[in-house]
Amino acid sequence: MYPTTDGGQEEPVGVEVRVEGLTKSFGGQPVWRDVTLTLPAGEISVLLGPSGTGKSVFLKTLVGLLKPDRGSIMIEGQDLPRLSERALYEVRKLFGVLFQDGALFGSMNLFDNVAFPLREHTRKPESEVRRIVYEKLEMVGLVGAEHKLPGEISGGMRKRAGLARALVLDPEIILFDEPDSGLDPVRTAYLNQLIVDLNQQTDATFLIVTHDINTARTVPDNIGLIYHGHLAMFGPREMLLSSTEPVVRQFLNAQRVGPIGMAEEKDADELQAEAAAGVELPPLPPIPPQLRPSNGRRRRGERVAGQWCWRNGVTPPPGSFGDEVVGVRR
Amino acid sequence: MRVASGVAQAGTFFAFCLDALRGLGRRPFQVREFIQQAWFISSVSILPAALVSIPFGAVIALQLGSLVRQLGAQSFTGAASVLAVVREAGPIVTALIIAGAGGSAICADLGSRKIREELDAMEVLGIDPMHRLVAPRVVASMLVAVLLNGLVSVVGVSGGYFFNVVMQGGTPGAYLASFQALGQLPDLVVGEIKALLFGAAAALVASYKGMTARGGPKGVGDAVNQSVVITFMLLFALNFVITAVYFQVVPQKGT
Ligand SMILES: Nc1ncnc2c1ncn2[C@@H]1O[C@H](COP(=O)(O)OP(=O)(O)OP(=O)(O)O)[C@@H](O)[C@H]1O
Ligand SMILES: [Mg+2]
Repeated sequence: MYPTTDGGQEEPVGVEVRVEGLTKSFGGQPVWRDVTLTLPAGEISVLLGPSGTGKSVFLKTLVGLLKPDRGSIMIEGQDLPRLSERALYEVRKLFGVLFQDGALFGSMNLFDNVAFPLREHTRKPESEVRRIVYEKLEMVGLVGAEHKLPGEISGGMRKRAGLARALVLDPEIILFDEPDSGLDPVRTAYLNQLIVDLNQQTDATFLIVTHDINTARTVPDNIGLIYHGHLAMFGPREMLLSSTEPVVRQFLNAQRVGPIGMAEEKDADELQAEAAAGVELPPLPPIPPQLRPSNGRRRRGERVAGQWCWRNGVTPPPGSFGDEVVGVRR
Repeated sequence: MRVASGVAQAGTFFAFCLDALRGLGRRPFQVREFIQQAWFISSVSILPAALVSIPFGAVIALQLGSLVRQLGAQSFTGAASVLAVVREAGPIVTALIIAGAGGSAICADLGSRKIREELDAMEVLGIDPMHRLVAPRVVASMLVAVLLNGLVSVVGVSGGYFFNVVMQGGTPGAYLASFQALGQLPDLVVGEIKALLFGAAAALVASYKGMTARGGPKGVGDAVNQSVVITFMLLFALNFVITAVYFQVVPQKGT
């Protein structure tokens, strides 16, 4: 059923994004320092972090809207922060970006918003434009609202329209800033399925910023956590979900016990009090199985459940991966 | 610290102007956006310009009328008031309106797009806002400023004529003849050149302030406020410089 190696014979697809030593500050105040990570080509990665730690800033830096103080972002052999304006516009054609608030053009209705990239960058006839736009609107469930202006619809609808616009040019690198915030649970479930299906169909590289723990635990191949001005950890989903590192553990399991407090970082007194009170961390919950494409076929970036744990001699929490047998299938 | 940041702002504004110039040079010129903007700027500025220029022309005519009578040079009333309107009042009124009505509208529009991240989204979609939004606005603002200046001159001169001839009992023939004696075509031309530059400056400052707005809706309000104040100061300074150069370069009649 599965290939025995992790894609060794398959030709490499998608675009890899390699970030090295990236540092960004505003007016002397560093947002994060020395961020190094690689978004593997064709895989889904999720970026987590407490509010205000600079996740949105990170996405904007990745597309060259903000210039980092130091560090490099390598995409197809080009170092983004050092590109000329013109070359940057070229590289950006690889990207599809959903901004945190949708960032729709307020003067255009939803149809024109989604059609905008097509009309600007392709010479497709209007009938073809219509077909593609309706296909994308259908995908995000907005058919019927296409003549509304962004000011006349709800936040969740704006999000979905932004999503449709980000996907309309079939981008190879997809950056979503909180696609699921402001969406109801049912839509969030559909959206997560959509992300997995899209990844299977297009082999695009995904980076998704989210606050939804369920999304973070079930959708991605890789998870990253920004905390306190640096990248606390970045790696395969199973590595973070089985990690006992306090910050990662606290965040991924949405607990109050741990180094993160209401104001980002608990002070020493609070931590000591916690230790003195002998607060026990609850055991790690089981690692849930990963969301699969709806057509039952395999994604290229997909790894066998339990593979990482098995290879690294980590015992996953009991009950992990549902009823799949850990480490046997490989 | 404040001085340094002021100098830095002037520097980035200058760089912004160069970018806008490059955006102007790029094909294809955004005709649709240009027409929409020209229409929009005229719609917010024509009525106030006309309404301001009537009393402006009248005040000049009244002031000059009595002054000239005291000096015993009634025959030059027409010339003096027409020159005053065409050379000075026209451009000044144009500057006030284009900065106050046109510039503030441009700044508010771009500022709200900026804070809604529309401009970021545009850049990511591979469209340069300098080419797409700023360049057509600058050209539209220049065009409307030139038209406004013409309008203000005509309305102002008519207002002056009305007050001089009808209210103060001057003679129509003398009013028109005296203009022939002192006025010349370059007066009108330099007025239009001023208007052209005012239009460009107002649109550039407004766009710059709008596109660097930040800090939510309040940030947009602040940006509009600053843009209007800065444009006023800039336009009045520009007016002085152009007038001074004009008197040096073009020989005046009757001297
Ligand atoms: N253009 C800017 N100029 C100055 N400071 C900025 C700018 N953009 C963001 N910041 C600051 O950078 C920090 C990180 O902001 P960012 O929006 O990236 O947070 P976030 O992780 O996306 O938060 P959230 O989860 O709430 O969306 C904040 O303290 C913010 O004030
Ligand atoms: Mg954010």
